Amino acid sequence: MTYTAAMRDLIKRVEATRDARLGKDFPRMTPQEKQDVLKNHHPDFIEHEFRQARLGPNKGDRFPHELCDVLEAYPMYDCNSFRADTVDQKVDVLIIGGGGAGASAALLAHQQGANVLLTTKLRFGDANTVMAQGGIQAASKPNDSPAIHYLDAMGGGHYNNIPELVKALVTDAPLVLQWLEDLGCMFDKLDDGTMLTIHGGGTSRKRMHSARDYTGVEIMRVLRDEVLARDINVCEFSAAVELLLDEKGRAAGAVLYNMETDQYQIVQAKTVILATGGLGRLHTQNFPTSNHYGATADGLVLAYRVGAKLVFMDTIQYHPTGVAYPEQVAGFLVTEKVRGLGATPVNIDGEQFVYHLETRDVASAAIIRECARGSGLTSPSGTPGVWLDSPLIERIHGEGTIARELPAMFRQFSRFDVDMRHDPILVYPTLHYQNGGVLIGDTGETSVENLYVAGEASGGVHGRNRLMGNSLMDILVFGRRAGLHAAQKAGGMKDFAPKLSIEHVKTFVSDLEAQGIAKTVTSPILLPFRHRLNPNLQL
Amino acid sequence: MTDHTTTQGNKGALAGRETVEVYIMGKRYVMPSSLTVMKGFEYAGYTLLRGCGCRAGFCGACATVYRVGKDHALKVGLACQTKVEQDMYLTQIPFYPHHKVGYNLDELRATADQVIEIYPELSKCLGCNSCSNVCPQQLKVMKYVSHAIRGEVSAAADESFDCLMCGLCASKCPANIVHYKVAILCRRLHSKYLAKKAEHLKHRVKELDAGSFDHLLLGLMNAEKATLVEKYNQRDME
Repeated sequence: MTYTAAMRDLIKRVEATRDARLGKDFPRMTPQEKQDVLKNHHPDFIEHEFRQARLGPNKGDRFPHELCDVLEAYPMYDCNSFRADTVDQKVDVLIIGGGGAGASAALLAHQQGANVLLTTKLRFGDANTVMAQGGIQAASKPNDSPAIHYLDAMGGGHYNNIPELVKALVTDAPLVLQWLEDLGCMFDKLDDGTMLTIHGGGTSRKRMHSARDYTGVEIMRVLRDEVLARDINVCEFSAAVELLLDEKGRAAGAVLYNMETDQYQIVQAKTVILATGGLGRLHTQNFPTSNHYGATADGLVLAYRVGAKLVFMDTIQYHPTGVAYPEQVAGFLVTEKVRGLGATPVNIDGEQFVYHLETRDVASAAIIRECARGSGLTSPSGTPGVWLDSPLIERIHGEGTIARELPAMFRQFSRFDVDMRHDPILVYPTLHYQNGGVLIGDTGETSVENLYVAGEASGGVHGRNRLMGNSLMDILVFGRRAGLHAAQKAGGMKDFAPKLSIEHVKTFVSDLEAQGIAKTVTSPILLPFRHRLNPNLQL
Repeated sequence: MTDHTTTQGNKGALAGRETVEVYIMGKRYVMPSSLTVMKGFEYAGYTLLRGCGCRAGFCGACATVYRVGKDHALKVGLACQTKVEQDMYLTQIPFYPHHKVGYNLDELRATADQVIEIYPELSKCLGCNSCSNVCPQQLKVMKYVSHAIRGEVSAAADESFDCLMCGLCASKCPANIVHYKVAILCRRLHSKYLAKKAEHLKHRVKELDAGSFDHLLLGLMNAEKATLVEKYNQRDME
């Protein structure tokens, strides 16, 4: 699956201009140019791809069709089979989701002495966390500060970010980094202990800390090892399919579904933390996605049914550099670290057309525009793309840099006989991240008492566009905050004897029926729709 | 492996495509040759639950073993990163048990005997190299195990860094070593005790504890959007 002869010919055009491009920064866009390219070419602005929610806490708000489809759907669990007096397990803190947010919440809650149950749909650690390659942001260096980090995040999010959440992010970030260092995370360092940092899209300081290009893998496997070493109760292949409330409308447990035996279990909890990740696997607008298999918006569905409000769910992040070739790995992420190290996007004629470190939304829109103009390429499977001139990295930083700094990327392309040290790679935007989610406060608590949300399932901290390395940090900042506060709150609930209720779901069903919504979909869907997972296979 | 069941995938998707015959757990399927093993499963009609995670080579959920045609050699790969090929006989090994090991990292030392104290079975390594041969990341597993046995914690950490903890190494070990657990212990010990701590980070945490940035941040939090926009557009770039 090496490059075809036709592609080889086109690569010559990229090679022909490389010397002239080396060392010259393409001009950044002006604020007005950014607005223009977003309005005209970003998928968030294609009106017919959205509709208004017909019911629930965000009734009237504009959501992608694919999200509405699962929000405005009937429960998979039969509410009539629920019996409030048959509780299978009672815990202090129930954590739903086994990625970085769930794991860090579990560690902090356990540290507070809470009886914790972490339940997760797939394996513990199967999450987008492990797919974060390039780095994690924290203002740890003397020339940087949490205030500069704050400004970068706000500007990146188009000033829509919720200030309290951004403050929590930027002030906790160095503490989280130190916590990880102390847990034994193997960050890239000089011999004297100085952490290596590089730029990411939209950063004004080199703030991206990394563990080669397995940053998320390294963080997840350390957190998981720590959870297991402390013998915290973890239940895998067990999805939450509904939240339960007490008689006062506070979160008080969940219905769990054993994915392998089809059995349901009722868990009573003093506090509940949703850390279920995002919606990438809904494949909005049929985009390929860089997301994990389990990213099916389950937590949004559950939270919506108990009345928690969603924010910024009309904005999705498309990562500018998804793989467009080879076909086997189409949609996979080419980490932003590749651009951080100096690789630039160029068109079919070998011309750069956008500054290589614009924010993700702007860079994606610029690539979509370049292809719409007819200056992109067409991959052998018929999809569009532009070149990402990776050999520049070796020219700038010396031979061997790619194998050393980008082992995962290098390995991934090598497996399919593409040598990114010598040849550029073909890329196109891929669905990467839900910028919004369930609205939280700075402890992670939602508008529903005793319900906390952390990680990609939550919304507000990134406004309308997240910067690279801020989500890997946010899952830990808010995972820890949620874990701490949920455990402390549970600690104060000594005589907890709730009357568990699922009436809210029955009410939701009545609303669906009143709206005349047909029972075509049940949710949470738990696993991706087959036809969206592999669109080119006609399943 | 002689069950010649006809293809169960969507034949429409085969039109005009190069195809291969793949045997999933001994059952034959005809599928486009452009697929990965993971997509091959899905093409064949499977809905994966175990054996599927990130789908991009990072999580280690989809370890797969296979043989091709008459070649007796056992091959390995991650299902999401391995192309289907003609006469492939495959199955997934999505789970392989490890034993429960509890430790408190704060109470450990990064000494030569620490790792072998926790994982004494390391000393039974036969040096057969089966672990390295079965690693889908092509790591030199036996080499890092040797480092661990000799107490060379940092070398074991470095050599094992790209491990995804899929468990195939442990499935093949005649000494019942759980290599990937040894590896993560080495990495954590190295990072906590042997690598120097980041002084700039300690300093920043002290500043935060002292509330050094509170005033600046409060100013930004209360600023009008226009002020923020101006400040953002005038940032000096490192």
